Amino acid sequence: MNLWRDIKGTFQPFWITLGYLFKKPVTIQYPEEKRIPPPRYRARIVLTRDPDGNERCVACHLCSAACPVDCISMQAAEDEHGRRYAAWFRLNFSRCIFCGLCTEACPTMAIQTTPDYEICNRNILKLVHEKEDLLVDGCGKDETYNFYEHSGIGVVNERGGNEDEYGPVDPKSLMP
Amino acid sequence: MNDLLITLLLILVKLGLIFGVVLGMAAYLVLAERKILGRMQLRYGPNRVGPGGMIQPMCDVIKLITKEDFIPDRADKWVFLFAPGLTALTALLSFAVVPFAPPLHLFGREIPMVVCDLNVGVLYIFGLSSLAVYGVVLGGWASNSKYSLIGAVRSMAQLISYELALGLALVPVIMTAKSFSLTEIVMSQADWPNLLRHPLAFIIFMIAVAAESKRTPFDMPEAENEIVGGFHTEYSGMRFGLFFVGEYISLIVIGAMTTVFFLGGWHGPFLPPVVWFVMKVLFVAFLFIWARGSMPRPRYDQLMHFGWKVLLPLGLVNVVITGAVLVALNG
Repeated sequence: MNLWRDIKGTFQPFWITLGYLFKKPVTIQYPEEKRIPPPRYRARIVLTRDPDGNERCVACHLCSAACPVDCISMQAAEDEHGRRYAAWFRLNFSRCIFCGLCTEACPTMAIQTTPDYEICNRNILKLVHEKEDLLVDGCGKDETYNFYEHSGIGVVNERGGNEDEYGPVDPKSLMP
Repeated sequence: MNDLLITLLLILVKLGLIFGVVLGMAAYLVLAERKILGRMQLRYGPNRVGPGGMIQPMCDVIKLITKEDFIPDRADKWVFLFAPGLTALTALLSFAVVPFAPPLHLFGREIPMVVCDLNVGVLYIFGLSSLAVYGVVLGGWASNSKYSLIGAVRSMAQLISYELALGLALVPVIMTAKSFSLTEIVMSQADWPNLLRHPLAFIIFMIAVAAESKRTPFDMPEAENEIVGGFHTEYSGMRFGLFFVGEYISLIVIGAMTTVFFLGGWHGPFLPPVVWFVMKVLFVAFLFIWARGSMPRPRYDQLMHFGWKVLLPLGLVNVVITGAVLVALNG
C-alpha cells in the first residue's frame, strides 16, 4: 500500500521532531563550556626541553623544510661545546595550518603540538611567536627522550659513549 | 463629546492595539521559530542577547535598519522600493476583520472587538491574500534577477492554484454559518468548533493556507538551495525585513483565520475569550513552525499536481457532501 506508506512517512517526522524538542541540545556553549580536546590534538605548537632541562632543538631546519606553508624560520648557532641551538626561532601562527608535519620531521622531539586551541588574537603580529614564546619547561609528550643520549657524535658524551652505542671498532681486528 | 467622535476614538484605540500587538507578536514569533527549530535540531537557537535571547528581535531590527539599502543596477527602482511594503501592508490589513473577543458592553454602549465587522469579511480576506501576491511578484520582477523572477513566477502559480482549494475548504464553513461575516462564523461555533464538523475541510484548509503563505513544505518561491532567496534575493536591509515581517504577520493572520474558521474563535471554557483566542493563534503558529522543522520541500511539479489533482477535487467533493448533509438535516 503506497498511500499508507506515504501517510506514515508524512506523520512520522512530526513525532521525531517533537521528541527532539524535549531532549537536551548537544551544543557546547563555548565561552562558558569548553571541550577538552584529546591529548594528541594538533593546536598551539611549542618547543620542549629534554629531561635535563636543556633545549631539545638543534636548529636542523627540518621542520621549516617540512612546513607546507613556510611558517617556521630560525637561525642556527653552535655553543663552545659544539652543541647546536637556534639563535632565534620564529613560528608565524597566522600562516600555520596545524598540519603537524614539523613534529613528524623533528629528529629531537623538540617541536610538538599541544591541545591548547585558544590562540586567536585581533593583532596579527601577536600571532608571530618568537623562541621565548614557544619554549616551554618540560618534555611534552616523551618524558625520557634525550637526543644527545642517542646521537650527536662527541658533543655531550665521548665518541661511542651513548647508551645504545659502542666504541669505535678497530678495523684491523676484523681481519679474517 | 458626540457619538461619532467616541466611535472614531474607539476604532483608533483598537487599531493601535492590534497594530502594536501584531507587530510585537511577529517580532517574537521570529525568535520563537528560531528557538523551536533549534531545539528540534538539538541546538539552542539564539540565546546570547539578553536573558535567553529575549532581546534578539530588537537587535535584528537595529541590524536591518542600519544595513545598506541596496538597489540593483537596472532594477525597476520605484516598483522595487514599493513591493516589500505591499506584502507587509496586505498582511496587516487582513487583521481588520478578525474578531478576537465577543462584543464588550461598556457604559451602556456595545463595543465590537473587531476593527471592522464587514458582512463580506471572508471575501475581504481572500481579496487581500490575492493582493499579497503582487508584493512578491512585483518585487521579483523589479529586481532584474533571474532567481527573483523564477521565485516570483513560482509564487504566482502556487498562490493561484492553492487559492481555489482554500476557497473550497471554506465553503462548508460558510454554509453552516450562513454568513460571510467572521463574527457570525465564530458565533455559529458556540456549541462545537468547525474542526469537528468539517474535519476534511480543516485538513484541506491547513495545507492550502501553508502553500498560500509560502511556509516551509511549500516554500518554493524562496527555496534557498535552488534559487538563492527567490523573490527577495536582491533585497537588503529593512526592505528585506519588511518581506520577512510580512511573512510572519501573515503567519499570525493564518493562525487567526484558522482559529476563526475552524477552532471556534474566542469560545472556550474558564479563561477569558481574548486569552483563548491568542492561545489558539499561537498554537496554530506552533503547528506551522513544527511542520517547518519536520517536512522536506516537495518538487515544484509535485506541488502543482497535489494542488490541482488532489486538493481541488477533494474540496469539491467535500462541498457536495456538506450540502447533502445540510439538506438532509433540514428536511
